[in-house]
Amino acid sequence: MASGVKPRVKVPKKASAGETITIKTLISHKMESGQRKDDDGNVIPRSIINRFTADFNDQNVIDVTLEPAISTNPYFQFDAVVPESGEFKFTWYDDDGSVYETAKKIKVS
Amino acid sequence: MELTRRKILAVGSGALVFTSLSGLPAFANLADDAIASLTGGKEIGEGAISLTAPEIAENGNTVPISVDAPGAVSVTLFADGNPVPSVATFKFGPLSASRSASTRIRLASTQNVIAIAQMEDGSFQKASSNVKVTIGGCGG
Repeated sequence: MASGVKPRVKVPKKASAGETITIKTLISHKMESGQRKDDDGNVIPRSIINRFTADFNDQNVIDVTLEPAISTNPYFQFDAVVPESGEFKFTWYDDDGSVYETAKKIKVS
Repeated sequence: MELTRRKILAVGSGALVFTSLSGLPAFANLADDAIASLTGGKEIGEGAISLTAPEIAENGNTVPISVDAPGAVSVTLFADGNPVPSVATFKFGPLSASRSASTRIRLASTQNVIAIAQMEDGSFQKASSNVKVTIGGCGG
């Protein structure tokens, strides 16, 4: 497991039904591309987050496949529609098999 | 044949043109191949989606990119000058509102960033943008 992985998500606390909201996510991860070499000329093995998903009440919002060309600390901003109150679930999948999860509740009036 | 200064110059520049022609498209072909395998050789339209990228990126390690593709099912980003041309694929679910997304990417050098969107009817749309990179983002 890569060290110091910390997901951060920004979701508004309240919204009206059917409103479009903007979500920002960032996870601290070094995203080693597999292209770099260390001081002895050996290739540093690839270690990245290869998939990110966002779901709201078990319905998918966005599903992203990441390649090594995504920057360190992958950041995503996207829009979602919220039909009712519920919970956003965000999942990141690491190359080494680790899964990082975080959730945010939103109240719809 | 008598080799004059002028003739030598002509032959030399001809050889230069030839080597630069055969050398350059190697990278672009990688991206073209990746795009062709995604679209299955179908025709790609232009104009329905937009890709926002900076004209000049001082640091190739984090280049902010955003794509806006109304009516798209998925959007794939390519960078034609990177060692691996594919960058990311966004699949939009039923609760996605505007079919737009932003992220930050790595660019090795000055190159084109290309977005290919698959629309709801199965057709493909393309948008591309040239980004000048001052410091490359692939380490080494």
